[in-house]
Amino acid sequence: MPWFIELLKATGLAVVIFTFLAVVSAMFGVYLERKISGWIQARLGPKHVGPQGLLQTVADTVKLLQKEHITPRNADALIFNAAPVIVAVAALLDWIVIPFGKFGGRVLVVRDINIGVLYFAAMASVTVIGIISGGWSSNNKYALLGGLRSAAQMISYEIPLALGILWVAMVAGTLSTVGIVDAQVKQGSWFMFKLPPPIGWFGLPFGILASLTFLTAATAEVNRVPFDLPEAESELVAGYFAEYTGMRFALFQLGEYGEMFGMAGVATIMFFGGWTEPHLQPWMWLLVTLASLVVVAVILFSGLRQTLLVRPILILASLGFLLSLVMFFGSRAGLSPVLPSPVWFLTKLFALVFFLMWMRWTYPRLRLDQLLNLSWKVLLPLGLLNLVATGFVLTAWGR
Amino acid sequence: MPKVLLDWFYVAVFAVVGTLMAVLPLGVVWLLAPRADLPQKNITYESGVIPFGQAWAQFNVRYYLFALVFVVFDVEVIYLYPWAVVFRQLGTFAFAEMLLFVLILLVGLAYAWRKGALEWV
Repeated sequence: MPWFIELLKATGLAVVIFTFLAVVSAMFGVYLERKISGWIQARLGPKHVGPQGLLQTVADTVKLLQKEHITPRNADALIFNAAPVIVAVAALLDWIVIPFGKFGGRVLVVRDINIGVLYFAAMASVTVIGIISGGWSSNNKYALLGGLRSAAQMISYEIPLALGILWVAMVAGTLSTVGIVDAQVKQGSWFMFKLPPPIGWFGLPFGILASLTFLTAATAEVNRVPFDLPEAESELVAGYFAEYTGMRFALFQLGEYGEMFGMAGVATIMFFGGWTEPHLQPWMWLLVTLASLVVVAVILFSGLRQTLLVRPILILASLGFLLSLVMFFGSRAGLSPVLPSPVWFLTKLFALVFFLMWMRWTYPRLRLDQLLNLSWKVLLPLGLLNLVATGFVLTAWGR
Repeated sequence: MPKVLLDWFYVAVFAVVGTLMAVLPLGVVWLLAPRADLPQKNITYESGVIPFGQAWAQFNVRYYLFALVFVVFDVEVIYLYPWAVVFRQLGTFAFAEMLLFVLILLVGLAYAWRKGALEWV
Protein backbone atom coordinates (compact mmCIF):
# COMPACT_ATOMS: atom_id res chain seq x y z
CA MET A 1 0.00 0.00 0.00
CA PRO A 2 1.20 3.55 -0.65
CA TRP A 3 2.51 5.37 2.39
CA PHE A 4 -0.31 7.90 2.70
CA ILE A 5 -2.93 5.14 2.99
CA GLU A 6 -0.86 3.56 5.73
CA LEU A 7 -0.60 6.99 7.35
CA LEU A 8 -4.40 7.42 7.24
CA LYS A 9 -4.90 3.92 8.61
CA ALA A 10 -2.41 4.48 11.43
CA THR A 11 -3.98 7.82 12.32
CA GLY A 12 -7.46 6.33 12.36
CA LEU A 13 -6.35 3.42 14.53
CA ALA A 14 -4.55 5.79 16.91
CA VAL A 15 -7.75 7.83 17.31
CA VAL A 16 -9.82 4.68 17.86
CA ILE A 17 -7.41 3.22 20.45
CA PHE A 18 -7.11 6.55 22.26
CA THR A 19 -10.90 6.82 22.43
CA PHE A 20 -11.07 3.21 23.66
CA LEU A 21 -8.59 4.08 26.40
CA ALA A 22 -10.43 7.27 27.37
CA VAL A 23 -13.90 5.72 27.38
CA VAL A 24 -13.41 2.08 28.37
CA SER A 25 -10.36 2.15 30.59
CA ALA A 26 -10.41 5.66 32.07
CA MET A 27 -14.11 6.53 32.28
CA PHE A 28 -15.61 3.08 32.73
CA GLY A 29 -12.58 1.96 34.79
CA VAL A 30 -12.96 4.82 37.26
CA TYR A 31 -16.70 4.13 37.47
CA LEU A 32 -16.06 0.43 38.14
CA GLU A 33 -13.45 1.27 40.73
CA ARG A 34 -15.78 3.61 42.60
CA LYS A 35 -18.66 1.18 42.42
CA ILE A 36 -16.59 -1.80 43.57
CA SER A 37 -14.91 0.20 46.34
CA GLY A 38 -18.36 1.29 47.44
CA TRP A 39 -19.65 -2.25 47.65
CA ILE A 40 -16.58 -3.56 49.41
CA GLN A 41 -16.94 -0.79 51.99
CA ALA A 42 -20.71 -1.43 52.29
CA ARG A 43 -21.63 1.81 50.47
CA LEU A 44 -23.59 2.31 47.28
CA GLY A 45 -21.00 4.16 45.22
CA PRO A 46 -22.04 6.56 42.44
CA LYS A 47 -25.78 6.33 41.91
CA HIS A 48 -27.41 9.58 40.80
CA VAL A 49 -25.97 10.56 37.41
CA GLY A 50 -27.44 8.25 34.78
CA PRO A 51 -28.71 4.70 35.40
CA GLN A 52 -26.85 3.30 38.42
CA GLY A 53 -24.44 6.23 38.21
CA LEU A 54 -23.08 5.07 34.84
CA LEU A 55 -22.67 8.63 33.57
CA GLN A 56 -20.88 9.85 36.71
CA THR A 57 -17.43 9.89 35.13
CA VAL A 58 -18.78 11.57 31.98
CA ALA A 59 -20.08 14.35 34.20
CA ASP A 60 -16.73 14.44 35.98
CA THR A 61 -14.91 14.85 32.68
CA VAL A 62 -17.19 17.71 31.65
CA LYS A 63 -16.50 19.32 35.01
CA LEU A 64 -12.74 18.86 34.68
CA LEU A 65 -12.84 20.46 31.22
CA GLN A 66 -14.04 23.69 32.84
CA LYS A 67 -11.36 23.80 35.52
CA GLU A 68 -8.53 26.26 35.40
CA HIS A 69 -4.99 25.08 34.74
CA ILE A 70 -2.79 26.19 37.57
CA THR A 71 0.95 26.10 37.02
CA PRO A 72 2.62 26.93 40.34
CA ARG A 73 4.93 29.94 40.17
CA ASN A 74 7.96 27.96 41.32
CA ALA A 75 7.40 25.04 38.96
CA ASP A 76 9.37 24.31 35.81
CA ALA A 77 6.51 25.16 33.44
CA LEU A 78 7.65 23.27 30.33
CA ILE A 79 8.35 19.93 32.03
CA PHE A 80 5.35 20.40 34.30
CA ASN A 81 3.05 20.69 31.31
CA ALA A 82 4.68 17.92 29.31
CA ALA A 83 4.54 15.26 32.04
CA PRO A 84 0.82 14.32 31.85
CA VAL A 85 1.03 14.09 28.06
CA ILE A 86 4.01 11.71 28.32
CA VAL A 87 2.10 9.44 30.70
CA ALA A 88 -1.00 9.37 28.49
CA VAL A 89 0.97 8.74 25.27
CA ALA A 90 2.97 5.93 26.93
CA ALA A 91 -0.29 4.22 27.84
CA LEU A 92 -1.51 4.60 24.25
CA LEU A 93 1.69 3.16 22.79
CA ASP A 94 1.29 0.03 24.95
CA TRP A 95 -1.84 -0.92 23.10
CA ILE A 96 -0.26 -1.20 19.65
CA VAL A 97 0.80 -4.80 20.28
CA ILE A 98 -2.25 -6.07 22.18
CA PRO A 99 -4.44 -8.34 20.02
CA PHE A 100 -8.17 -8.18 20.77
CA GLY A 101 -9.21 -11.30 18.93
CA LYS A 102 -9.37 -13.05 15.61
CA PHE A 103 -11.95 -12.68 12.88
CA GLY A 104 -11.75 -15.17 10.02
CA GLY A 105 -7.98 -15.57 10.07
CA ARG A 106 -7.35 -11.85 10.62
CA VAL A 107 -5.96 -10.93 14.03
CA LEU A 108 -7.42 -7.75 15.47
CA VAL A 109 -4.19 -6.02 16.43
CA VAL A 110 -2.74 -2.67 15.36
CA ARG A 111 0.70 -4.09 14.54
CA ASP A 112 2.04 -7.55 15.32
CA ILE A 113 5.57 -6.30 16.09
CA ASN A 114 8.05 -9.18 16.18
CA ILE A 115 9.38 -8.12 19.60
CA GLY A 116 5.86 -7.38 20.90
CA VAL A 117 6.11 -8.13 24.63
CA LEU A 118 9.57 -6.57 24.92
CA TYR A 119 8.18 -3.47 23.21
CA PHE A 120 5.30 -3.50 25.68
CA ALA A 121 7.64 -3.62 28.69
CA ALA A 122 9.70 -0.78 27.21
CA MET A 123 6.67 1.44 26.63
CA ALA A 124 5.28 0.64 30.08
CA SER A 125 8.48 1.91 31.62
CA VAL A 126 8.30 5.17 29.67
CA THR A 127 5.56 6.08 32.14
CA VAL A 128 8.17 6.48 34.87
CA ILE A 129 9.76 9.30 32.88
CA GLY A 130 6.46 11.18 32.89
CA ILE A 131 5.92 10.47 36.57
CA ILE A 132 9.37 11.51 37.72
CA SER A 133 9.38 14.65 35.56
CA GLY A 134 5.95 15.58 36.93
CA GLY A 135 7.17 14.99 40.47
CA TRP A 136 10.37 16.93 40.05
CA SER A 137 9.06 19.87 38.03
CA SER A 138 6.24 20.62 40.50
CA ASN A 139 8.83 21.90 42.97
CA ASN A 140 6.64 20.47 45.71
CA LYS A 141 8.03 18.27 48.45
CA TYR A 142 5.20 15.74 48.32
CA ALA A 143 5.40 15.51 44.56
CA LEU A 144 9.17 15.08 44.63
CA LEU A 145 9.00 12.30 47.21
CA GLY A 146 6.25 10.61 45.22
CA GLY A 147 8.27 10.82 42.03
CA LEU A 148 11.40 9.42 43.68
CA ARG A 149 9.50 6.58 45.30
CA SER A 150 7.96 5.82 41.96
CA ALA A 151 11.37 5.65 40.30
CA ALA A 152 12.74 3.32 43.00
CA GLN A 153 9.66 1.13 42.75
CA MET A 154 9.48 0.95 39.00
CA ILE A 155 13.12 0.08 38.47
CA SER A 156 12.84 -2.60 41.17
CA TYR A 157 9.78 -4.25 39.69
CA GLU A 158 10.81 -3.99 36.08
CA ILE A 159 13.14 -6.97 36.54
CA PRO A 160 10.57 -9.45 37.91
CA LEU A 161 8.25 -8.19 35.16
CA ALA A 162 10.90 -8.85 32.53
CA LEU A 163 11.58 -12.29 34.04
CA GLY A 164 7.88 -13.14 33.65
CA ILE A 165 8.03 -12.05 30.01
CA LEU A 166 11.24 -14.06 29.50
CA TRP A 167 9.57 -17.15 30.90
CA VAL A 168 6.78 -16.86 28.36
CA ALA A 169 9.24 -16.12 25.55
CA MET A 170 11.17 -19.23 26.49
CA VAL A 171 8.10 -21.47 26.48
CA ALA A 172 6.49 -19.97 23.40
CA GLY A 173 9.71 -19.48 21.47
CA THR A 174 8.64 -16.02 20.28
CA LEU A 175 8.23 -12.47 21.55
CA SER A 176 5.29 -11.57 19.30
CA THR A 177 2.00 -11.27 21.19
CA VAL A 178 0.10 -13.02 18.40
CA GLY A 179 2.73 -15.76 18.30
CA ILE A 180 2.38 -16.32 22.05
CA VAL A 181 -1.38 -16.83 21.76
CA ASP A 182 -0.87 -19.12 18.76
CA ALA A 183 1.59 -21.21 20.80
CA GLN A 184 -1.08 -21.61 23.47
CA VAL A 185 -3.63 -22.60 20.83
CA LYS A 186 -1.14 -25.16 19.52
CA GLN A 187 -0.62 -26.81 22.90
CA GLY A 188 -4.36 -26.57 23.63
CA SER A 189 -4.08 -24.90 27.00
CA TRP A 190 -3.03 -21.73 28.80
CA PHE A 191 0.62 -21.25 29.74
CA MET A 192 -0.51 -20.78 33.33
CA PHE A 193 -1.54 -24.44 33.51
CA LYS A 194 0.45 -26.45 31.01
CA LEU A 195 3.80 -26.49 29.29
CA PRO A 196 4.12 -27.74 25.70
CA PRO A 197 3.75 -31.52 25.29
CA PRO A 198 5.00 -33.97 26.43
CA ILE A 199 5.35 -32.06 29.73
CA GLY A 200 1.72 -30.93 29.94
CA TRP A 201 0.28 -30.76 33.43
CA PHE A 202 3.69 -31.24 35.06
CA GLY A 203 4.31 -27.63 34.05
CA LEU A 204 1.62 -26.43 36.44
CA PRO A 205 3.88 -25.23 39.30
CA PHE A 206 6.15 -23.35 36.88
CA GLY A 207 3.24 -21.66 35.16
CA ILE A 208 1.54 -20.67 38.42
CA LEU A 209 4.80 -19.30 39.81
CA ALA A 210 5.58 -17.34 36.65
CA SER A 211 2.11 -15.84 36.40
CA LEU A 212 2.04 -14.87 40.08
CA THR A 213 5.46 -13.20 39.78
CA PHE A 214 4.33 -11.37 36.68
CA LEU A 215 1.01 -10.23 38.19
CA THR A 216 2.68 -8.99 41.38
CA ALA A 217 5.29 -7.08 39.43
CA ALA A 218 2.62 -5.72 37.07
CA THR A 219 0.55 -4.44 40.00
CA ALA A 220 3.62 -2.68 41.36
CA GLU A 221 4.55 -1.36 37.95
CA VAL A 222 1.19 0.39 37.54
CA ASN A 223 1.40 1.77 41.12
CA ARG A 224 -1.68 0.13 42.51
CA VAL A 225 -2.45 -0.89 46.06
CA PRO A 226 -0.76 -2.64 47.87
CA PHE A 227 2.08 -0.96 45.96
CA ASP A 228 0.69 2.56 45.60
CA LEU A 229 3.41 4.33 47.60
CA PRO A 230 4.10 6.98 44.93
CA GLU A 231 0.66 8.47 45.44
CA ALA A 232 -0.03 7.37 49.05
CA GLU A 233 -2.86 9.81 49.71
CA SER A 234 -2.60 9.60 53.48
CA GLU A 235 1.05 10.65 53.65
CA LEU A 236 1.99 12.31 50.36
CA VAL A 237 -1.42 13.89 49.59
CA ALA A 238 -1.39 12.57 46.02
CA GLY A 239 2.30 12.12 45.41
CA TYR A 240 3.59 13.11 42.01
CA PHE A 241 0.34 14.72 40.81
CA ALA A 242 -0.32 16.79 43.93
CA GLU A 243 0.04 20.05 41.98
CA TYR A 244 -1.98 19.06 38.92
CA THR A 245 -5.44 20.47 38.33
CA GLY A 246 -8.28 19.85 35.92
CA MET A 247 -7.65 18.08 32.66
CA ARG A 248 -3.97 17.48 33.32
CA PHE A 249 -4.92 15.50 36.39
CA ALA A 250 -7.38 13.62 34.19
CA LEU A 251 -4.57 12.82 31.73
CA PHE A 252 -2.56 11.27 34.56
CA GLN A 253 -5.61 9.21 35.48
CA LEU A 254 -6.05 8.17 31.86
CA GLY A 255 -2.43 7.11 31.68
CA GLU A 256 -2.70 5.15 34.91
CA TYR A 257 -5.88 3.32 33.98
CA GLY A 258 -4.74 2.77 30.41
CA GLU A 259 -1.56 1.24 31.78
CA MET A 260 -3.50 -0.95 34.19
CA PHE A 261 -5.78 -2.25 31.43
CA GLY A 262 -2.72 -2.75 29.23
CA MET A 263 -0.97 -4.81 31.91
CA ALA A 264 -4.13 -6.87 32.40
CA GLY A 265 -4.31 -7.33 28.62
CA VAL A 266 -0.72 -8.52 28.34
CA ALA A 267 -1.17 -10.87 31.30
CA THR A 268 -4.25 -12.26 29.56
CA ILE A 269 -2.24 -12.84 26.40
CA MET A 270 0.79 -14.37 28.07
CA PHE A 271 -0.77 -16.61 30.71
CA PHE A 272 -4.51 -16.88 30.15
CA GLY A 273 -4.71 -17.80 26.50
CA GLY A 274 -5.51 -14.35 25.06
CA TRP A 275 -8.61 -14.43 22.89
CA THR A 276 -8.99 -18.22 22.85
CA GLU A 277 -12.02 -19.92 24.30
CA PRO A 278 -11.53 -22.27 27.26
CA HIS A 279 -12.18 -25.84 26.15
CA LEU A 280 -14.37 -27.51 28.75
CA GLN A 281 -16.74 -30.44 28.36
CA PRO A 282 -20.46 -29.51 28.25
CA TRP A 283 -21.04 -31.13 31.65
CA MET A 284 -18.38 -28.90 33.19
CA TRP A 285 -20.14 -25.83 31.84
CA LEU A 286 -23.39 -27.21 33.25
CA LEU A 287 -21.68 -27.61 36.63
CA VAL A 288 -20.51 -23.98 36.56
CA THR A 289 -24.01 -22.88 35.52
CA LEU A 290 -25.66 -24.75 38.39
CA ALA A 291 -23.07 -23.59 40.94
CA SER A 292 -23.52 -19.94 40.02
CA LEU A 293 -27.29 -20.39 39.95
CA VAL A 294 -27.16 -21.74 43.51
CA VAL A 295 -25.09 -18.74 44.63
CA VAL A 296 -27.51 -16.29 43.01
CA ALA A 297 -30.53 -18.08 44.48
CA VAL A 298 -29.07 -18.18 47.98
CA ILE A 299 -28.34 -14.47 47.87
CA LEU A 300 -31.70 -13.50 46.38
CA PHE A 301 -33.90 -15.65 48.63
CA SER A 302 -32.22 -14.92 51.93
CA GLY A 303 -31.59 -11.84 54.00
CA LEU A 304 -28.27 -11.41 52.20
CA ARG A 305 -30.02 -9.50 49.40
CA GLN A 306 -30.05 -6.43 51.64
CA THR A 307 -26.30 -6.61 52.31
CA LEU A 308 -24.19 -4.39 50.07
CA LEU A 309 -21.06 -6.44 50.73
CA VAL A 310 -22.32 -9.39 48.69
CA ARG A 311 -23.27 -7.26 45.67
CA PRO A 312 -20.02 -7.98 43.77
CA ILE A 313 -20.51 -11.70 44.40
CA LEU A 314 -24.12 -11.50 43.22
CA ILE A 315 -23.16 -9.67 40.02
CA LEU A 316 -20.19 -11.92 39.29
CA ALA A 317 -22.29 -15.03 39.87
CA SER A 318 -25.05 -13.76 37.58
CA LEU A 319 -22.53 -12.93 34.85
CA GLY A 320 -20.89 -16.33 35.31
CA PHE A 321 -24.31 -17.98 35.11
CA LEU A 322 -25.15 -16.26 31.83
CA LEU A 323 -21.76 -16.98 30.29
CA SER A 324 -21.65 -20.64 31.27
CA LEU A 325 -25.29 -21.15 30.19
CA VAL A 326 -24.46 -19.81 26.74
CA MET A 327 -21.32 -21.95 26.68
CA PHE A 328 -23.22 -25.05 27.76
CA PHE A 329 -25.83 -24.81 25.02
CA GLY A 330 -23.25 -23.65 22.51
CA SER A 331 -20.89 -26.55 23.12
CA ARG A 332 -23.81 -29.01 23.22
CA ALA A 333 -24.84 -27.73 19.79
CA GLY A 334 -21.30 -28.41 18.61
CA LEU A 335 -20.36 -24.80 17.95
CA SER A 336 -16.65 -24.05 18.15
CA PRO A 337 -15.94 -21.33 19.11
CA VAL A 338 -19.27 -20.51 20.69
CA LEU A 339 -18.61 -16.82 21.33
CA PRO A 340 -16.58 -14.42 19.16
CA SER A 341 -12.97 -14.08 20.29
CA PRO A 342 -13.03 -10.38 21.38
CA VAL A 343 -15.73 -11.31 23.90
CA TRP A 344 -13.35 -13.78 25.51
CA PHE A 345 -10.45 -11.35 25.47
CA LEU A 346 -12.52 -8.65 27.15
CA THR A 347 -14.01 -11.12 29.64
CA LYS A 348 -10.55 -12.22 30.77
CA LEU A 349 -9.30 -8.63 30.75
CA PHE A 350 -12.14 -7.42 32.95
CA ALA A 351 -11.80 -10.41 35.27
CA LEU A 352 -8.16 -9.42 35.85
CA VAL A 353 -9.08 -5.75 36.26
CA PHE A 354 -11.72 -6.73 38.79
CA PHE A 355 -9.11 -8.81 40.61
CA LEU A 356 -6.76 -5.80 40.75
CA MET A 357 -9.55 -3.57 42.08
CA TRP A 358 -10.59 -6.16 44.61
CA MET A 359 -6.99 -6.31 45.86
CA ARG A 360 -6.82 -2.54 46.02
CA TRP A 361 -9.73 -2.28 48.41
CA THR A 362 -8.71 -5.26 50.51
CA TYR A 363 -5.03 -4.90 51.36
CA PRO A 364 -3.18 -2.15 53.22
CA ARG A 365 -0.23 -0.41 51.62
CA LEU A 366 3.27 -1.87 52.08
CA ARG A 367 6.12 0.09 53.59
CA LEU A 368 8.85 1.16 51.16
CA ASP A 369 11.51 -1.18 52.54
CA GLN A 370 9.06 -4.10 52.51
CA LEU A 371 8.20 -3.23 48.94
CA LEU A 372 11.82 -3.25 47.80
CA ASN A 373 12.57 -6.41 49.79
CA LEU A 374 9.67 -8.18 48.10
CA SER A 375 11.08 -7.33 44.71
CA TRP A 376 14.81 -7.91 45.24
CA LYS A 377 14.83 -10.69 47.81
CA VAL A 378 11.74 -12.68 46.87
CA LEU A 379 10.53 -12.07 43.32
CA LEU A 380 13.90 -11.71 41.62
CA PRO A 381 15.50 -14.95 42.98
CA LEU A 382 12.20 -16.81 42.53
CA GLY A 383 11.86 -15.58 38.97
CA LEU A 384 15.43 -16.49 38.07
CA LEU A 385 15.16 -19.95 39.65
CA ASN A 386 11.85 -20.53 37.91
CA LEU A 387 13.48 -19.56 34.63
CA VAL A 388 16.36 -21.98 35.19
CA ALA A 389 14.06 -24.80 36.35
CA THR A 390 11.71 -24.36 33.39
CA GLY A 391 14.69 -24.22 31.08
CA PHE A 392 15.94 -27.47 32.54
CA VAL A 393 12.57 -29.20 32.19
CA LEU A 394 12.16 -27.99 28.61
CA THR A 395 15.68 -29.07 27.67
CA ALA A 396 15.43 -32.48 29.32
CA TRP A 397 11.91 -33.53 28.27
CA GLY A 398 10.57 -30.85 25.98
CA ARG A 399 11.58 -32.30 22.59
CA MET B 1 7.86 -0.53 3.02
CA PRO B 2 9.21 -3.69 4.65
CA LYS B 3 7.08 -4.97 7.52
CA VAL B 4 9.54 -4.11 10.29
CA LEU B 5 9.85 -0.54 9.08
CA LEU B 6 6.08 -0.29 8.76
CA ASP B 7 5.68 -1.44 12.37
CA TRP B 8 7.84 1.40 13.65
CA PHE B 9 6.14 3.82 11.26
CA TYR B 10 2.90 2.95 13.06
CA VAL B 11 4.56 3.49 16.43
CA ALA B 12 5.75 6.93 15.32
CA VAL B 13 2.30 7.86 14.00
CA PHE B 14 0.75 6.68 17.26
CA ALA B 15 3.15 8.81 19.28
CA VAL B 16 2.35 11.93 17.23
CA VAL B 17 -1.41 11.38 17.06
CA GLY B 18 -1.49 10.42 20.74
CA THR B 19 0.26 13.65 21.68
CA LEU B 20 -2.25 15.62 19.61
CA MET B 21 -5.19 13.75 21.16
CA ALA B 22 -3.80 14.41 24.64
CA VAL B 23 -3.23 18.11 23.93
CA LEU B 24 -6.72 18.49 22.41
CA PRO B 25 -8.63 18.49 25.75
CA LEU B 26 -6.02 20.93 27.09
CA GLY B 27 -6.98 23.22 24.20
CA VAL B 28 -10.66 22.86 25.11
CA VAL B 29 -9.75 23.81 28.67
CA TRP B 30 -7.90 26.85 27.34
CA LEU B 31 -11.15 27.94 25.62
CA LEU B 32 -13.61 27.08 28.42
CA ALA B 33 -11.87 27.46 31.75
CA PRO B 34 -11.57 30.70 33.66
CA ARG B 35 -8.17 32.28 34.13
CA ALA B 36 -7.26 34.46 37.05
CA ASP B 37 -3.74 35.31 38.06
CA LEU B 38 -3.66 35.62 41.81
CA PRO B 39 -0.32 35.55 43.64
CA GLN B 40 -1.71 33.42 46.50
CA LYS B 41 -3.13 30.81 44.16
CA ASN B 42 0.14 30.12 42.40
CA ILE B 43 2.05 29.30 45.56
CA THR B 44 3.26 25.70 45.84
CA TYR B 45 0.93 23.51 47.88
CA GLU B 46 2.29 22.53 51.27
CA SER B 47 -0.70 21.52 53.40
CA GLY B 48 -1.95 25.08 53.61
CA VAL B 49 1.10 26.77 55.07
CA ILE B 50 3.55 29.03 53.24
CA PRO B 51 6.14 26.65 51.70
CA PHE B 52 9.39 26.38 53.56
CA GLY B 53 12.19 26.84 51.04
CA GLN B 54 12.18 25.01 47.72
CA ALA B 55 11.78 21.33 46.96
CA TRP B 56 14.84 21.53 44.72
CA ALA B 57 17.28 21.21 47.57
CA GLN B 58 20.16 18.81 48.06
CA PHE B 59 18.91 15.54 49.37
CA ASN B 60 20.01 11.97 49.56
CA VAL B 61 18.76 9.86 46.65
CA ARG B 62 18.57 6.71 48.71
CA TYR B 63 17.87 4.26 45.97
CA TYR B 64 21.02 4.85 43.92
CA LEU B 65 22.44 1.50 45.01
CA PHE B 66 19.26 -0.16 43.80
CA ALA B 67 19.67 1.73 40.56
CA LEU B 68 23.17 0.31 40.14
CA VAL B 69 22.01 -3.26 40.78
CA PHE B 70 19.08 -2.58 38.46
CA VAL B 71 21.42 -1.68 35.61
CA VAL B 72 23.27 -4.99 36.05
CA PHE B 73 20.12 -7.07 35.96
CA ASP B 74 18.44 -5.07 33.23
CA VAL B 75 21.40 -5.65 30.94
CA GLU B 76 21.31 -9.31 31.90
CA VAL B 77 17.66 -9.53 30.94
CA ILE B 78 18.42 -7.94 27.58
CA TYR B 79 20.98 -10.69 26.95
CA LEU B 80 18.49 -13.34 27.98
CA TYR B 81 15.78 -12.26 25.50
CA PRO B 82 17.40 -13.59 22.31
CA TRP B 83 18.44 -16.73 24.15
CA ALA B 84 14.89 -17.33 25.40
CA VAL B 85 13.44 -17.10 21.90
CA VAL B 86 15.75 -19.67 20.28
CA PHE B 87 16.97 -21.84 23.14
CA ARG B 88 14.66 -24.74 22.33
CA GLN B 89 16.29 -25.05 18.95
CA LEU B 90 19.81 -24.78 20.36
CA GLY B 91 19.49 -27.60 22.89
CA THR B 92 21.49 -28.59 25.95
CA PHE B 93 24.62 -26.56 25.29
CA ALA B 94 22.73 -23.26 25.17
CA PHE B 95 20.94 -24.15 28.38
CA ALA B 96 24.19 -24.99 30.20
CA GLU B 97 25.81 -21.78 29.00
CA MET B 98 22.92 -19.66 30.19
CA LEU B 99 22.86 -21.55 33.50
CA LEU B 100 26.44 -20.44 34.05
CA PHE B 101 25.55 -16.85 33.17
CA VAL B 102 22.56 -16.78 35.52
CA LEU B 103 24.58 -18.41 38.31
CA ILE B 104 27.29 -15.74 38.08
CA LEU B 105 24.61 -13.09 38.34
CA LEU B 106 23.00 -14.86 41.29
CA VAL B 107 26.38 -14.79 43.02
CA GLY B 108 26.48 -11.07 42.27
CA LEU B 109 23.02 -10.65 43.76
CA ALA B 110 24.06 -12.60 46.85
CA TYR B 111 27.12 -10.35 47.19
CA ALA B 112 25.04 -7.17 46.91
CA TRP B 113 22.56 -8.60 49.40
CA ARG B 114 25.33 -9.54 51.84
CA LYS B 115 26.98 -6.12 51.52
CA GLY B 116 23.68 -4.45 52.44
CA ALA B 117 23.13 -2.78 49.07
CA LEU B 118 19.55 -4.04 49.12
CA GLU B 119 18.71 -2.43 52.46
CA TRP B 120 16.68 0.75 52.50
CA VAL B 121 18.58 2.91 54.97
